Amino acid sequence: MREVHASQITEVVKKLCIESNLYLGEDVLAAFDKLEKMEESPVGREVFQQLKENARIAREEQVAICQDTGLAVVFVELGQDVHITGGDFNAAINEGVRQGYKEGYLRKSACHCFSRVNTKDNTPAIIHLEMVPGDKIKITVAPKGGGSENMSTVMMLSPSEGKEGLKKRVVEWVKQAGSNPCPPVVVGVGIGGTYEQAALIAKKALLRPLGQKNPDPELAALEEDLLARINNLGIGPQGLGGRITALAVHAEMIPCHIASFPLAINLNCHAHRHKEAII
Amino acid sequence: MSGPIRLKTPLTDADVEKLKAGDKVLLNGVIYTGRDAAHKRLFDLLQEGKPLPIDLKGQVIYYVGPAPAKPGQVIGSAGPTTSGRMDAYSPKLMEVGLKGMIGKGMRKKEVVEAMKKYKAVYFAATGGAGALLAKAIKKAEVVAYEDLGPEAISRLEVEDFPVIVVNDIYGNDLYQQGMAQYAR
Repeated sequence: MREVHASQITEVVKKLCIESNLYLGEDVLAAFDKLEKMEESPVGREVFQQLKENARIAREEQVAICQDTGLAVVFVELGQDVHITGGDFNAAINEGVRQGYKEGYLRKSACHCFSRVNTKDNTPAIIHLEMVPGDKIKITVAPKGGGSENMSTVMMLSPSEGKEGLKKRVVEWVKQAGSNPCPPVVVGVGIGGTYEQAALIAKKALLRPLGQKNPDPELAALEEDLLARINNLGIGPQGLGGRITALAVHAEMIPCHIASFPLAINLNCHAHRHKEAII
Repeated sequence: MSGPIRLKTPLTDADVEKLKAGDKVLLNGVIYTGRDAAHKRLFDLLQEGKPLPIDLKGQVIYYVGPAPAKPGQVIGSAGPTTSGRMDAYSPKLMEVGLKGMIGKGMRKKEVVEAMKKYKAVYFAATGGAGALLAKAIKKAEVVAYEDLGPEAISRLEVEDFPVIVVNDIYGNDLYQQGMAQYAR
């Protein structure tokens, strides 16, 4: 049994909140470079240049990539041989979010649903906890902006729709989202499980290094086909028309009930932010 | 596409009449921030026939909730938010003189119709480029609804703030045009 003090969790969460919002991942920057060359629309290429310049300014001047620094979505893989001491686990994460959003000059975007009164410290964090073997804690902070999250959905399809029907649903969904989710987007597709599990695996799919294919060849082919079809929509960067509508499609699948065929689509904007650390 | 058009706010009918969907524009002068909560308050005041805290005649509203400024900074990251959420309020604001809106994402038919009727344009700024766009903002001060925090109305002074016309007063829509051009 390894002991980890709650304050260590707070420190790590705080650091990840700041870093994820200031430093765009190398995988995303590499995708911008590659896709800018493939973009046929002059306005679309200009958008890519702006996004690269924006990422440079954010990194060098230590300011947020996007003013929407999101709700703090925190994934925790907790080793079963870890014993947390000196405080409450959830409180430690929320304290990290509180400190990170304050010290990083990040926008506080959490509010009461009815009154819309801001909670003023960006808590509560959205915490997804999974217990895993070992004595480490892996923490991933993935700030999620409202614009792209609003363009996400869960659909309980009929199994008769099949794989082709599912693909049509995804393409149609991205089409109706249009310019709203800040394309070029990353499309997280969760297939199977239950209603809530489909949404969760769609979100988790977004955490994969950009463009890394699903190891299952059938799903890798589905990702590739969906990406081609989505790009053929012509929405383009910022929806101004172009050949690059999505940076990547990441799909995950788990078995479902014999009566069900759940599909979740979680869109992410090009400010595709997540950072992880291991304690 | 030709080079960008420089425009100084407040905007006149003549200014918006020459703008076409797809035109790149560099805005100069004063613009006001406003998003969900501020729009609701402005709308409610107009419904009650009460005066607004700012005169909207010829003005441009930027749909943004900036990140907090670091010490020494004018403003934190300040890119556009999704405009559709303001659709319910925008026609009423155009009725009292609003000439321009800056955001990202599609507008409802009613809003596009109101733009034709009241001669107002909808500009897009690059969503997610908040650090870059903040560079064009030279001064920022809260002028109304400070209690709303990031949703307060601020008066911004901008220099060559880069936008593109999405909806003009003639009913053209760059999102539809662009998509049609590149779809396969």
